[in-house]
Amino acid sequence: MQKLTNRAVQIDRSPMTFGERIYLPSLAKGLGITLGHIFKKKATTSYPEEKRPFSPVFRGLHILNRDENGAERCTACGLCALACPAEAITMEAAERKPGEEHLYREEKYAAKYEINMLRCIFCGYCEEACPKDAIYLTETIMPSNYTRASFIYKKDDLLIPDTKKQGSK
Amino acid sequence: MLLLQIDTALIIEKVILISVILMGSLGIAMYATWGERKVAAVMQDRIGPNRAGPFGLLQPLADGLKLFFKEEIIPDRSTRFIFILGPCLAMLTALMTSAIVPWGPDYVTDSGRVISFQVADISIGILFVFGVVSLGVYGVMLGGWASNNKFSLLSSIRAASQAISYELAMGISLIALLMLTGSLSLREIVTQQHGFWNDGYFSWNFFKQPVGFVIFLTCAFAELNRAPFDLPECESELNMGYHQEYSSMKLGFYLFAEYINMFVSSAIIVTLFFGGYNFPFMDQVQHATLAHPILFTIICILALLTKVVLMILFFMFVRWTLPRFRYDQLMKLGWRSLIPIALVNMLVTGVLILWVFKK
Repeated sequence: MQKLTNRAVQIDRSPMTFGERIYLPSLAKGLGITLGHIFKKKATTSYPEEKRPFSPVFRGLHILNRDENGAERCTACGLCALACPAEAITMEAAERKPGEEHLYREEKYAAKYEINMLRCIFCGYCEEACPKDAIYLTETIMPSNYTRASFIYKKDDLLIPDTKKQGSK
Repeated sequence: MLLLQIDTALIIEKVILISVILMGSLGIAMYATWGERKVAAVMQDRIGPNRAGPFGLLQPLADGLKLFFKEEIIPDRSTRFIFILGPCLAMLTALMTSAIVPWGPDYVTDSGRVISFQVADISIGILFVFGVVSLGVYGVMLGGWASNNKFSLLSSIRAASQAISYELAMGISLIALLMLTGSLSLREIVTQQHGFWNDGYFSWNFFKQPVGFVIFLTCAFAELNRAPFDLPECESELNMGYHQEYSSMKLGFYLFAEYINMFVSSAIIVTLFFGGYNFPFMDQVQHATLAHPILFTIICILALLTKVVLMILFFMFVRWTLPRFRYDQLMKLGWRSLIPIALVNMLVTGVLILWVFKK
């Protein structure tokens, strides 16, 4: 019969020899193995003090990006919400008023932008779908919290701070 | 009123000794839980508890506090009195055995008073140990039965049959030792193992009875319900076994009793086979500290405690190495291997004493 893998090992079913049956030699061998492990390097990372480096493709919490003048890039086109397999993104669009050009880059912007982090699977499809480079996944791990409501991230939570204008969100 | 002439100093001495031993065994058992977790961690390439205090040394306190604050649940269908009696019995019998262990040599004060570091030197010392250890299984049995839970009942049946099976081999392996010592008193046995090298031979009983020691140790594992013989509480088959229905400090008592048992039986194994408080070059040390005899006593007690701690570490070491036995394997090992070997060992020892090493 053809083998599926070549990892199969034939088990020796012959009756045990006297040395095997008195059990003590194999017991000593086992104790030797565990004794060896005492001196091995520990696999533990003491988390809050030391952190393991992330993979370069790690996908964490989302941010909404701004352009070089500090205006929001998002135009509320809804492509990210459409791409989202977990249906975690909701948004409401609004029209830019005259005099708000420094706040929003284009004529349409997201008045409301919410991501339900409990639904989100951090696949990064929103990042791929976005035609305006507005949404990005950072390297921040989603923090835990006590209430469900606190896991729905509003626009205020997502938008990166304006580097041009300190104090405004 | 001659009968009422009581030596008050003796009573005070014994009360102090008993409280020190009780507190000591509780403390050591507490830190044995910490030690067990550390040993387990180290063997599995982990770090182990390290958050509560330096090196996690406050972890046992945190655990104890947690157990005290847990909700106490007594199942509706349980037999209430026996349900509460179970963990008490387990704890009581665990502590009782420590009464006959000689913790150090006699200390003679300046006024000529002999202070003994043994709570009671009873002439049937080992028989007392056997009696109390056999009672120990009642805690498990009653607890498991009173829980009115099938898993607990199965586990207590296992515990009882395991205890019965292994007590036999344990007793027989000890008979060989007793033929050598000629005494049941633990004090007498320790005194015979004086020093380390005596008359051209090792004086510790381990070197005279290696087979007996292996049998005794195996049976001790079984009596303590420690892995690889922890069938009464095997998690995977009986989910927790006899203490499944227990919560809060009643559960804590069961878990704690196991560690106290481990400490006391380590002390007894050390006393029987590894010379108790005796250590190599004992006479020289005694001679050097002749000016302060109390120093020598302290060194002896420390020697005993070191051996006991090493023994406890060995118990843990084995637990985290060997997989659990299957029930039929356990019974087979007890009845078809250990008892015959113990019998042969007894016979050979008897023959050697009778014809080869004539006393």
